[in-house]
Amino acid sequence: MADTAAMHAGVQGDPAGEDPSRRDFINIAAAAGAAGAVATIAWPLVDQMNPAADTLALASIEYDISKVALGQEVTIKWRGKPVFVRHRTPKEISEAVADDHADLRDPQTDAQRHKPGKAEWLILIGTCTHLGCVPLFGQGDYGGWFCPCHGSVYDTSGRIRKGPAPKNLEVPEYSFLSDTKVKIG
Amino acid sequence: MSGHSTYEPKTAFTRWLDSRLPILRFQAELMDYPTPKNLNYWWTFGGILAMCLGIQIATGVVLAMHYNVGDAFNSIEHIMRDVNYGWFIRYVHANGASMFFLAVYIHILRGVYYGSYKAPREVLWLLGMVIYLLMMATAFMGYVLPWGQMSFHGAVVITNLIGSLPLIGKPITIWLWGGYAVDMPTLNRFFSLHYLLPFVIAAVVGLHIWALHVPGNNNPTGVNVKSKADTLPFHPYYTVKDGFAIVLFLILFSVFVFFMPDALGHADNYIPANPLQTPAHIVPEWYLLPFYAMLRAVPDKVMGVLVMFGSLLLMALLPWLDTAKVRSMRYRPTMRWFFIIMVVVGVLLGWCGANPPDEPVIPGGLGFQLGDSNINSFTWLSRLLTLYYFAYFLLIVPIVGWREKTLPMPDSISTPVLPKGGAVAPAE
Repeated sequence: MADTAAMHAGVQGDPAGEDPSRRDFINIAAAAGAAGAVATIAWPLVDQMNPAADTLALASIEYDISKVALGQEVTIKWRGKPVFVRHRTPKEISEAVADDHADLRDPQTDAQRHKPGKAEWLILIGTCTHLGCVPLFGQGDYGGWFCPCHGSVYDTSGRIRKGPAPKNLEVPEYSFLSDTKVKIG
Repeated sequence: MSGHSTYEPKTAFTRWLDSRLPILRFQAELMDYPTPKNLNYWWTFGGILAMCLGIQIATGVVLAMHYNVGDAFNSIEHIMRDVNYGWFIRYVHANGASMFFLAVYIHILRGVYYGSYKAPREVLWLLGMVIYLLMMATAFMGYVLPWGQMSFHGAVVITNLIGSLPLIGKPITIWLWGGYAVDMPTLNRFFSLHYLLPFVIAAVVGLHIWALHVPGNNNPTGVNVKSKADTLPFHPYYTVKDGFAIVLFLILFSVFVFFMPDALGHADNYIPANPLQTPAHIVPEWYLLPFYAMLRAVPDKVMGVLVMFGSLLLMALLPWLDTAKVRSMRYRPTMRWFFIIMVVVGVLLGWCGANPPDEPVIPGGLGFQLGDSNINSFTWLSRLLTLYYFAYFLLIVPIVGWREKTLPMPDSISTPVLPKGGAVAPAE
C-alpha cells in the first residue's frame, strides 16, 4: 500500500495525505487504537465469568465440631464444595503417624495436616485431587478414603497412596475459634 | 466448479430478484451441483447429519421455552409431565444427540476409509474436526442442564480436566465455574453456551459445505472426476438417495424415542444433583466413552489429559500423516485390515470406558498383578487399545501408506461400471 502511495506521490506531485510515512502512521495508529478499544471492551466480557461478589461473600463459614462424635465424619458445604470434618480415633492417628516416612507420592507428615495439639480433628476438602469426585471413607487399602470415580486411595491422614490422583486431599484454610468452634476459610 | 449456472429466471419477479439478491440462482446451482455418479449409501450421512442438526436446534429452542435454570431439575420434570408433548420433544432432543453422534462417527469413518481427507480436501477435513469438537462441547453442556447426579459430577470431572494444566489450570477452572465449585453460575453459563454453540456449528457446516463444493465430492473409487460422464446433478439423484437414507435413519431414531427412550441414558441422572455425594459409578455418555477410557488408561493426571486431547489432535492431522498415493481403501488391501482393527479398537475402548477400571475383563480369578493393576482388568485392556490407537496414526498410517502394494485402479469413475470397461489392465 505504501508503494502505490509513493507511486501516486511521484506522478501527481504529492498532494496532502499521500506521503507514505504519514499514511503508514495513520494506518498503524488507527489499528492500534482499534485493538486497544477492543481489548478494553473484551476484558469486562471475560472477567464477568469470574466469581461474583455474592459468591466471594460466602467465602468463610463457622462450624460447631462438638456435634461430631469420636470416629465420626461430617460433611459440610463450603464454597460449594464438600468439607470433611473427621473426629479421628487414636488408631487412625497412630496409623497415619506410622506412615509418615513411607513412600508417599506427595510427602507430608500427619502433623503438617492438622492444627498443633488437635490431632483428633482432621479437616479436609472432600474432593479427590484427580478430577474432583467425592471420596468415600472406610474403603480402600489404607483405612482412609476411596474415590469411586477412578480408584484413588487415601490414608487416614488424607494422603494419596494409590491411584491416579497426584496430591493429598487439600487442607482448607481454617482456625479454631474455641475448643468446639472452627472457622473455615 | 462455479460459473456453470444454467439458471434462468422465468418470471418478472424472479428476474427482478435475481439482479438484486441471486438467492434462487444460488439454490439452483446447489441443486444442479455435479456429483460423482457412484456415491454409495455411506455418502448419505452428510445429509442425515444436516437433518440431525436441524432437529436438535428445533427441539432445543422449544425446550428452552420451558426450561428454568433456577429450578433446573424440576423444570425438566415439568417438561416431562406437564408440558403438552414435552416428553416427546425432550426424548427427541436427548436421543437426537446420540443419533447425531452415531451419524457423525459413520461419516468420519467413511471419510477415513475412502481417503476423503486427502489432498485437496484437507481444509474440508479440518472443518469437519472443528464441527466434531463443537459437537462434543455442546453435547457435554447439554448433558449438564438437567442437573441430575450424572450431570453434576460429569461437569465436575470434565472441568477438572482443564484444572490439571500446570499454573493456568486453577484460575481457568474458577473462571469457567464462576465460583469455587460447579454451581448455579456454572449451570447458567452452560445453558447460554449450549444455546449458542449449535448456531456456531451451523455456521461451520456452511463453511464445510463450501469447502466441499470447491474440489467436489470424493467417491468410493477415490479417482478424480474426469468428465461430465462421471457425474450426475445433485437433484434429483442424490436428493432422492439421501431422502431414502433419512427415512431409514428416522425409523431407527423412532425406535429409541418411542420404545427405549432412556436406554442410552443413566438412571442416576433422575436423582437431583448433590455436590456432597458422587454416584458410585460415574461414566459419560456412550459417544465419549472411548476418550474417557484413554484418559483413565494413563496413571498420571496431566499425561492422561494430554493423551485424551492428543487422540483428537492426531485425527485432525490425518491428512498429513497419511503418505499413501491412493485414496480409497478399496485398492489398499493391507490398510483395509488395519482400518477394520481400528474400528474394533474404538468400540472396545468404548466398552472399557463403560466399565470400572479395576473390574476383570474375563470373569473368574484369571490373571496376575502387573505394575499397578491386574493384567485381567479394564485398565490394562484400555492401555493396550490406546497403544493401538496411537500406533495407528503415528506408525501404521505413515508406514503402510509408504510400503503397501496397492491394487490396480480404474482410469475413471465410469470405467469399472460400464460393460467390459472394467478391463483395467489393458487400459494401462
